[in-house]
Amino acid sequence: MRTVNSTQQYRLAEIRKVFARDQVALDRIVLTVCRGERVALIGPSGAGKTTLFRLLNCTLRPTSGKLWIDDEDVESLNGKDLRRTRSRIGSVYQQHNLVPRLRVIHNVLAGQLGRWATLQSLLSLFKPADVEIARQALQQVGMPEKLLERTDELSGGQQQRVAIARVLVQNPDVILADEPVSSVDPSLASTIVRLLIEISQNRHKTLIVSLHSVDLALAYFPRVIGIKEGRVSFDLETSKITEGMLEDLYSGNFRDHSMTEAISERVQSVAYPSVG
Amino acid sequence: MKESNPSLIRPSDKSFFPYIFTALFVLAFVDSWRRADIDPVVFFEKKGQEALWKFLTGMFPPDVSWNFISLMLRPALETIQISLWGTLIAVAIGFPLGLLGTHTLAVRGILNDAELQGAPVRRGMRYGLYFLARGLLSLFRSIPEFVWAFMFVRAVGLGPFPGVLAIGVAYGGMLGKVYSEIFEAVNYRPLEALQSVGANKLQIFFYGWFPQALPNFVSYTLYRWECAVRASAILGLVGAGGLGQQIEISMRMFNFNEVLTILIILFMMVAAVDYISAKTRAML
Ligand SMILES: Nc1ncnc2c1ncn2[C@@H]1O[C@H](COP(=O)(O)OP(=O)(O)OP(=O)(O)O)[C@@H](O)[C@H]1O
Ligand SMILES: [Mg+2]
Repeated sequence: MRTVNSTQQYRLAEIRKVFARDQVALDRIVLTVCRGERVALIGPSGAGKTTLFRLLNCTLRPTSGKLWIDDEDVESLNGKDLRRTRSRIGSVYQQHNLVPRLRVIHNVLAGQLGRWATLQSLLSLFKPADVEIARQALQQVGMPEKLLERTDELSGGQQQRVAIARVLVQNPDVILADEPVSSVDPSLASTIVRLLIEISQNRHKTLIVSLHSVDLALAYFPRVIGIKEGRVSFDLETSKITEGMLEDLYSGNFRDHSMTEAISERVQSVAYPSVG
Repeated sequence: MKESNPSLIRPSDKSFFPYIFTALFVLAFVDSWRRADIDPVVFFEKKGQEALWKFLTGMFPPDVSWNFISLMLRPALETIQISLWGTLIAVAIGFPLGLLGTHTLAVRGILNDAELQGAPVRRGMRYGLYFLARGLLSLFRSIPEFVWAFMFVRAVGLGPFPGVLAIGVAYGGMLGKVYSEIFEAVNYRPLEALQSVGANKLQIFFYGWFPQALPNFVSYTLYRWECAVRASAILGLVGAGGLGQQIEISMRMFNFNEVLTILIILFMMVAAVDYISAKTRAML
């Protein structure tokens, strides 16, 4: 049961995730994240960051090990309870996480789906409910004028802000962002990271962000976790992280990392072309 | 094969499979020529030429008397009605079955992982439904609409209704199959994001699946409607109402000029339907 005064947002014990053909994505992850904490996750491509995020937002289940959210054992959750837990966790993805053919307002209001009844959500597609809420959320990410535009007509950075507006509407306890800035230019990248931090600070939300840019991670987050080959390589206060650890994390290719970033982005988009 | 990989088509390949396949292919053609009674000599024989000539000249001039055309208005309308209702029933059958038969929605992938992992009974039931839907769809579409019409005429009597049912069932099977392919082809990342918000399957469907699939969904459905207009004319030949029944009657009475008129009407109807669906598609 959920204990409201608990300070632990997430507790992971010996989490393993093994995909088909014995592909070990995560191997014995042990981790605790407290409420209101801001954590950056870094690591080379294929380390298991996205898989970890999918476990944290309850769209995947671990193969073995235990995961508690707010002291609630996720394994026991199903159906409605599972969806309620998901609705308390907001996710921002790298790209392609909005529905391109819908208007911005519907993508933003999708943050309400965990609260809305099915019929109500269907009707909202024809006559948007909660227009004011959507407008305010877009206002906060700095583009209130885009409310009625079609989402696929926005630029990549604008779409990312729509995704953040959706999280604002969802108003979850936790915000997870999986490589939220790898498809935008560097100056916009820090703007978006700052926006996420601002939101988590103002509303006292837990924030976990995976980043390909080590500089951003070190600059904005008090705690950084390095993931390599499915394991936690280090989990430290930012000030205690050394160049050597980073070299080790990226197997000596740390300074070339901006290149691997571009490659990994492409690899990811071809790696899982369909659900499955 | 791509040009960049010439080794795959070089004759020096040791494999003799291509030769076997070529031989079988040629044999199949030769054999079916014989079995299908293909006989071009008929065009040169006197008897054949006379029959053809009688048929062709009999068609001209088409019977454009208002008397006859006004008689055809009702059957023409009936053909449209059969195609509309047939397509509607086909959508009503194909849509739910297509959904159940979409494996990324029903059984596999990230949208089902959390729900089905460690729940063998639920997984089994989902697979059961999935295979049931798939099975029904292939049963429906593997029997040609002509045969369905034949059976329904026996079951519910002559008239447009068996035509509607035949198109509904046969096209339902085709639509369902293609719908499930369209649903499977959508980008799953937006769906994953919707799931993470706490949306249920139906909400994910309305917000993520259907909007992405809409253009293909509409165009394929309209295309099937076009086919249904033509098919409902054919179905008339077995007594399922519409213009087809009129063609059959005129043929039997050797009134080939009437046949030509009906074919012209049919052509105009198909062209009109084509136009309407092109306009609709352009709107999306
Ligand atoms: N659905 C899946 N099926 C099979 N294997 C998968 C699946 N998802 C991830 N994997 C595998 O798990 C490993 C970790 O992948 P993951 O996407 O979590 O890495 P990542 O750290 O996010 O990488 P990147 O930085 O490139 O995004 C990879 O080896 C990948 O091939
Ligand atoms: Mg990733």
